[in-house]
Amino acid sequence: MPLSWLAEITDLPEGASGADVAASLVSVGLEEEDLHGGDLTGPLVVGRVLELEETVQKNGKPIRYCVVDVGHHGQQITEGKHQEIVCGATNFEVGDLVVVVLPGAVLPGGFAISARKTYGRMSNGMICAEDEIGLGHDHDGIIVLQRLLGEEVAADLQPGDDVIALLGLADETVETNVTPDRGYCLSVRGLAREYWHSQGSPTGGYRDPAEVEVATGSDGGHPVRLDDETPIDGNAGCDRFVARVVRGIDPMRPTPAWLQKRLTQMGMRPISLAVDVTNYVMLAVGQPLHAYDLAKLDGPIVVRRSRPGETLTTLDDVARKLRPDDLLITDSGERPLAIAGVMGGASSEVDAATVDVLVEAAHFDPTTVARSSRRHRLVTEASKRFERGVDPGVTAAAAQLAVDLLVEHGGGTADPGVTDVDHTTERSAYRLDVTEPSRIVGVDYPRDRVVGILRDLGCVVEESGEGSDDRHVLVTPPSWRPDLDNDSPAPDYAEEVARIDGYHRIPSITPTPSEGRGLTHGQKARRLVADTLAAAGFTEVLSYPFVAEESGDQLGLSTDDDRRRAVRVANPLSEERPLLRTTVLSSLVDVLRRNLARGHKDVAVYEVGLVFRPGGPLARAPIPGVASRPDQASLEQLYAAVPDQPRRAAVVASGQIEQAGWWGPGRAADWSDMVAAVETVAAALAVPVLVASDAGHAPWHPGRCARITLTDGTLVGHAGELHPKVLAALELPARTVAAEFDLDVLSAASEEPVQVRPFSSYPPALTDVALLVAGAVAAADVEAALRAGAGEALERIVLFDVYEGERIEADHRSLAYRLTFRAPDRTLTTDEVNGFRDAAVAAAAQATGAVQR
Amino acid sequence: MSAPNSNYDPVEVSALDPAHVDAALTDALAAIAAATDLDDLKAVRIAHQGDKSPLALANREIGALPPTAKAEAGKRVGQARGKLGQAFAARQSVLETERDERILVEERVDVSVPPLRRHPGARHPIELTAQRLVDAFVGMGWEVAEGPELESEWLNFDALNLGPDHPARQMQDTFFLDPVDSGLVLRTQTSPVQIRTMLEQEPPIYIVAPGKVYRTDDLDATHTPVFHQIECLAIDKGLTMAHLRGALDAFVRIMFGPDTRTRVRANYFPVTEPSMETDFLCFVCHGAETWGTAEQCRTCGGSGWIELGGSGMVNRKVLRTCGIDPDVYSGFAFGLGIERALMLRHGVQGMHEMVEGDIRFSQQFGMGA
Repeated sequence: MPLSWLAEITDLPEGASGADVAASLVSVGLEEEDLHGGDLTGPLVVGRVLELEETVQKNGKPIRYCVVDVGHHGQQITEGKHQEIVCGATNFEVGDLVVVVLPGAVLPGGFAISARKTYGRMSNGMICAEDEIGLGHDHDGIIVLQRLLGEEVAADLQPGDDVIALLGLADETVETNVTPDRGYCLSVRGLAREYWHSQGSPTGGYRDPAEVEVATGSDGGHPVRLDDETPIDGNAGCDRFVARVVRGIDPMRPTPAWLQKRLTQMGMRPISLAVDVTNYVMLAVGQPLHAYDLAKLDGPIVVRRSRPGETLTTLDDVARKLRPDDLLITDSGERPLAIAGVMGGASSEVDAATVDVLVEAAHFDPTTVARSSRRHRLVTEASKRFERGVDPGVTAAAAQLAVDLLVEHGGGTADPGVTDVDHTTERSAYRLDVTEPSRIVGVDYPRDRVVGILRDLGCVVEESGEGSDDRHVLVTPPSWRPDLDNDSPAPDYAEEVARIDGYHRIPSITPTPSEGRGLTHGQKARRLVADTLAAAGFTEVLSYPFVAEESGDQLGLSTDDDRRRAVRVANPLSEERPLLRTTVLSSLVDVLRRNLARGHKDVAVYEVGLVFRPGGPLARAPIPGVASRPDQASLEQLYAAVPDQPRRAAVVASGQIEQAGWWGPGRAADWSDMVAAVETVAAALAVPVLVASDAGHAPWHPGRCARITLTDGTLVGHAGELHPKVLAALELPARTVAAEFDLDVLSAASEEPVQVRPFSSYPPALTDVALLVAGAVAAADVEAALRAGAGEALERIVLFDVYEGERIEADHRSLAYRLTFRAPDRTLTTDEVNGFRDAAVAAAAQATGAVQR
Repeated sequence: MSAPNSNYDPVEVSALDPAHVDAALTDALAAIAAATDLDDLKAVRIAHQGDKSPLALANREIGALPPTAKAEAGKRVGQARGKLGQAFAARQSVLETERDERILVEERVDVSVPPLRRHPGARHPIELTAQRLVDAFVGMGWEVAEGPELESEWLNFDALNLGPDHPARQMQDTFFLDPVDSGLVLRTQTSPVQIRTMLEQEPPIYIVAPGKVYRTDDLDATHTPVFHQIECLAIDKGLTMAHLRGALDAFVRIMFGPDTRTRVRANYFPVTEPSMETDFLCFVCHGAETWGTAEQCRTCGGSGWIELGGSGMVNRKVLRTCGIDPDVYSGFAFGLGIERALMLRHGVQGMHEMVEGDIRFSQQFGMGA
């Protein structure tokens, strides 16, 4: 919004800058996006190209050496000759009027211009493109004024004329970010109103540009029928349609320069008078308009929903298949002319031969427009405004403004017949408790303040009607505020009062919850696990849970493995990774690989995160209504449709886990480090676990994989060395080791408070046994048998040596255990201890065939 | 022990001769002084204090003396043995001290050699930052709520007043799942946790919900498809925007130090009405307006304020959808991105470092920063 336009509608303080206006708008909740213009100093003048010599440079780029008449400026004064300028653009010819910036000028961004040698010759300034002078974002060649402003306007220009004044470049423009609830601010009318509020809404300080004398609806206008048979949520696709006809427009008449300037300041390109006028009125009052070539229409305009199989080629030359929900403007109900509120069709487009124009100003349902815009991936200036809500009270005025401009500048005549099909309904008044804003905001707003602010906003506030009393007033929002017209608008009114009164007046009061139970057991357990792994030497990392289709194969999962049942993302960022991980390891290996690629040789990392285990095809989650709490059955169905997402931890390590140093050589991470990691975590949570070998669990090495369970058999996870084939497929080093375990299981298992076992203060008795077992016997089984046989006096058992070699039978191992016994009530005798030990050995012999050495 | 023997003449016993006793003592003292280590001293002790030593032999002769001579001889020998004993003890102590000191010197090691067999591990700073924020609220009596990352569309959008046609729903770039009509998405915000909590718990509710969220943004310096949010929701009787502001003030003080404070302005979010946008005073330059100067603050970009994020009073429609009577209860919600907090507080330059998993990143933070 240019400040000059703003100043037409509301009073701008003397000397207010773009930054001042932006700050004022921020204070009423309109965020600043950008400031343009105003930061340019001349000389910036009109030039006429007299000569040009084009040469192609070594790099293949054409360069033009130009002589330009810039009037009584520059070299004309110092050297008595025309300006010599080097230019890299090629979109102009001798005789064209161009924009020349002369040495001494400063362009936006602090870019100072001086005479300098370029491509072998002196360039005394520069011929400008639009973006260089802050006029727009275009950099496709330089500005040719005949094209920008039209021949007629250009005819009056003289070389040397000031371009800053000509194009309004001294005029600053403020760009704001308009939130979806403030559709009315997508117009100078709305923004100016907000600026006026920011200045305290002084009486007489706002002049509504839509307040013009409007021709009221009458017979004889172009017939229009609203024929929506399938409204969305009960809202008709179109509830107001104004059609006006202007005949006898001279298609050669240019758009006046001031109007072109405003369009370019607002970032739009001038096209033709009829199109420019509709765009200008839209920018002014926020009502999108459409201009039809009347000669291309055969009958009445019918607004209806699309029928199966219909197509329309829109103005952007795309042939679009229409969908049943699309609202269409049609010729006689047959031929589609436009997708309502989104884009017009090529067949009825205004062109260079158009003399009779039909102007459409309509009010379309936001949902209908939003759906069409989304379906056709077509976001237009019109659709943006209709989606956010256009003022249904401004329809006729907008049409009138357009008609007036076409008559004035196009030489046309307005038809006396005015079509205004108006199905809009009166907005109803809301009985507002005037203490409500104070109750919601926490600032004490007196009744007069509330009423005053609402009236400034354009609301009608009745203080004496039926239902009003000393606490209640009847408020009807203005037509441009559909956001205030909902079934419980009290918070909206509260926001308006707070906004206009100033958010800075809201105090700060720390809320005080009455009681909090702290972290849940599960939350504490998760932290403990993460901390324990870090303390054990592993580094926590995070990985994206997106994995490749081949992940299951790479991990060597069997075809019926549940971990192959992954959720697929319909719109993945990368087609190469469309699946959601079913194990943390499957994405954690990427992090390991990245670290190795960066030259880290010894890497031990872990991640705690969710995995996605649908178990089968996704169930369809219901979409209940939102008017009230869905019934319990719907909620249960909703929750149940969300797939299982257990929280798991994975650890992976490669290279040395203990470094070489003055103490001796390092030690490579091996399968046992992974089992130890899981056992350490379990111990931290005081959860007893059992370890057994698991020869068939991918992606682990069949001979080096431990299955870790709770004592009741519940699976906790797996740990060990990864399968060599998996490592090859994943391009990871040999002997890479890994573990993955379920945090939810460990957390649940540690939930109950630990119950302390009494312990004895009598002296312990220690005894060692060495057992010879066959190679296939698991140490864990031997230990379990020893424990079972040793009886209750056994306090501790430690496997302190494992021997295989020449001194014993082939394919056998010698396991040396130290047993610690202690009785709760006495010192054990040597005979007793020997008895326990023999019983333990006998149990081990029976269970595992162990023989005492 | 010898019995008194008074009926025959005393025999001159040379061992008890005073000169002899003195000489024995002098020899012994010299030998003690000459002992340079505990082994020497041990040999000296055997020679001069043992059974065969001159003074021991002299002592043995006392019994043979006539009673009149016994006292004097006993005294003389006793004194000499006493002195000798003291000298031994003193020398023993000196030599033991010397030995102990020498051992300590000999056992010296270079403690500056690196001792770690295992490289210390570390937590990821995103998790640490989330914990820090969570702990602050838990300390004020709030509780932590969590929910699934793969979430129902209804909980992620509809229940939050983001109907299928809501313009704000178009702003979000959602990962949909196959089949697209499953009604499931990767959650785009942690707000569905609010809905789950309100559906299942009676007010008062004071929860903080940290977690991963997903949007279809490619990874670049300021975007990542997987990032972390933390949201706070309070539902109680009589809560106002002033309480919201109070919670926000507490929040920024915890995160960025006691000298910061908030600045608020109006904004729009579908889930809240009224809504509020919050900035907080830059914790580095404390609000000095350095924009365009040589000292332009790099943390806030020179404006003196840093944008915190959106917040507001929970929309009455949302309360109703969750079965909470909006005429009895009111509440507020706010949230922010954890990556952003991390970037601000720890000077992290871009998203890449946070998401790539390079161990050098996490390892700078240890177990809690």
